Amino acid sequence: MSIRSYLDKLEPHFHKGGKYENWYALYEAVDTIFYTPGQITKTTAHVRDAVDLKRMMILVWMCTFPAMFAGMWNVGFQANTAMEAMGLTEAVGWRGAIIDALAGHNPDSIWDNFIYGAAYFLPIYLVTFIVGGFWEVLFAMKRGHEVNEGFFVTSVLFALILPPTIPLWQVALGISFGVVIGKEVFGGTGKNFLNPALAGRAFLFFAYPAQLSGDAVWTAVDGFSGATILSLAQTGGVEEILANNITWMDAFMGNIQGSVGETSTLALLIGGGLLMFFKIAAWRIVAGVMVGMIGMTLLFNLIGSDTNPLFAVPWHWHLVMGGFAFGMLFMATDPVSASMTNTGKWWFGALIGVMVVLIRVVNPAFPEGMMLAILFANLFAPLIDYFVVQANIKRRKLRNVH
Amino acid sequence: MSQVKEVVTKPVFENNPIALQILGICSALAVTSSLKVALVMSLAVIAVTGFSNLFVSLIRHHIPNNIRIIVQMTIIASLVIVVDQVLKAFVYDLSKQLSVFVGLIITNCIVMGRAEAFAMKNAPGISFMDGIGNGLGYGAVLMFVGFIRELFGSGSLFGVEIFSLVNNGGWYVANGLMLLPPSAFFVIGLMIWGLRAWKKNQVEQPEFTIAPNTK
Repeated sequence: MSIRSYLDKLEPHFHKGGKYENWYALYEAVDTIFYTPGQITKTTAHVRDAVDLKRMMILVWMCTFPAMFAGMWNVGFQANTAMEAMGLTEAVGWRGAIIDALAGHNPDSIWDNFIYGAAYFLPIYLVTFIVGGFWEVLFAMKRGHEVNEGFFVTSVLFALILPPTIPLWQVALGISFGVVIGKEVFGGTGKNFLNPALAGRAFLFFAYPAQLSGDAVWTAVDGFSGATILSLAQTGGVEEILANNITWMDAFMGNIQGSVGETSTLALLIGGGLLMFFKIAAWRIVAGVMVGMIGMTLLFNLIGSDTNPLFAVPWHWHLVMGGFAFGMLFMATDPVSASMTNTGKWWFGALIGVMVVLIRVVNPAFPEGMMLAILFANLFAPLIDYFVVQANIKRRKLRNVH
Repeated sequence: MSQVKEVVTKPVFENNPIALQILGICSALAVTSSLKVALVMSLAVIAVTGFSNLFVSLIRHHIPNNIRIIVQMTIIASLVIVVDQVLKAFVYDLSKQLSVFVGLIITNCIVMGRAEAFAMKNAPGISFMDGIGNGLGYGAVLMFVGFIRELFGSGSLFGVEIFSLVNNGGWYVANGLMLLPPSAFFVIGLMIWGLRAWKKNQVEQPEFTIAPNTK
């Protein structure tokens, strides 16, 4: 029996009056993972395209894989290197038991590093998926809409921007906030004005700063503290980073401290490049972020400062520090919360680029500016679109004046 | 007597000044990070709304219509100063924590709104009760928000430890966001959601409906 006929046999139970009427949303979600949805557009709005929202979202999900695998390897690499330096041979806790059963602690072995990283990342992702999925399905059932594949993307993005050592209950709390307050209260996917994954992280960042920032959270070894290159740059600029034996190439390849998925700029560029190639991520937004970031950095370089070494950090370092590349390629390009118009995308991107450098350099209280810059720009996206549309109307009106 | 009961109890759940009329939000964000402060603020507002309604109502026939707002403001401002002085005299520490927000009771839309909408048209006794009722409605919300914020933000109620904090060797990790003003927005928002799910007649009519893309 094929899956199709099996699903068709089950379907009547989920319709109105059926045994599992309330669970229709779940049935629909499973059905459309395997098969194209049966609905077709019946009203005036009509776009012919082979891709639909579900395929698109799954493609985004797949495009995070390079960053995810590079991130898991890096978590393990950082931890194993730290353990070697501290003379530890066994990992602690239940994660440690899994790691020790499957792999050793050699920082040169890809397998060892990968298993170590997976033992930290996969539980985070699993909790995100289960808890977030619970809210998603609950709202879908109560409100009578479908479970949207947008959640696939939200969940993986949320898991990738967390530090590997975060307690799992905080992960559950963060994704609950992101899905419920960031998205569902406004009516679900497509109606949220904030990026739900970032809203969840912002909640955790302000609620539990001790687990989300600082020097001790990035490496999954107890008692080890390693600063991110962003905070190194804060103390002594690029010289301080180089003094810690981190080259630009290390940072570009992802061989540095940071949240799971944000470290490897190279892997992110591969995934993000694919997204732009498939025209899912808007290249205008990415270009806008780059223009804004480079422009603002050059301005700060020009101004200079005797007390704040971050003023002198060049733009190619800003590109590889912190969550810049991740935010630019995966968060800013979220089609729902970004600007919709082509001109608006440039302005939206540029606003993010300018804000992120401004927050990083001028505001020492918030080491990671990317999250706040994108959320800030999300709030402006509708306004930017409004001005673009109004300007267009005005221009075309003038053209017809005789 | 039933009218008295109605004007006192109705503003608490049925016609809450914060939850339904969305008035007085500013101070609700600022003074609810601990229950003690929220309680003092509630009492202050109850006193001001009650007595401002009483005095406005007493002289309502003598107030010239075109300067009525100024007269009401004068009465409210005088009462706020009295309340502020009382707080400074008896609970100095708390009045320092409330800082500018006691003075800002004068700008609280609830006080002006009740004076204008109720006290100008009704007898002194019932106006006084209406002021008390609206103050209670405001206070109820403040206490609820203060309860949630202090419990989850510092693990205590009225300064008494309920959840033992990790910093003191316990198990509860304090939620720092709850001590920041934005959390009051979320708490009030969720509270209004709950209230409107309970009392369906408070739900507003949608301003427009989105046509479905597919039928």
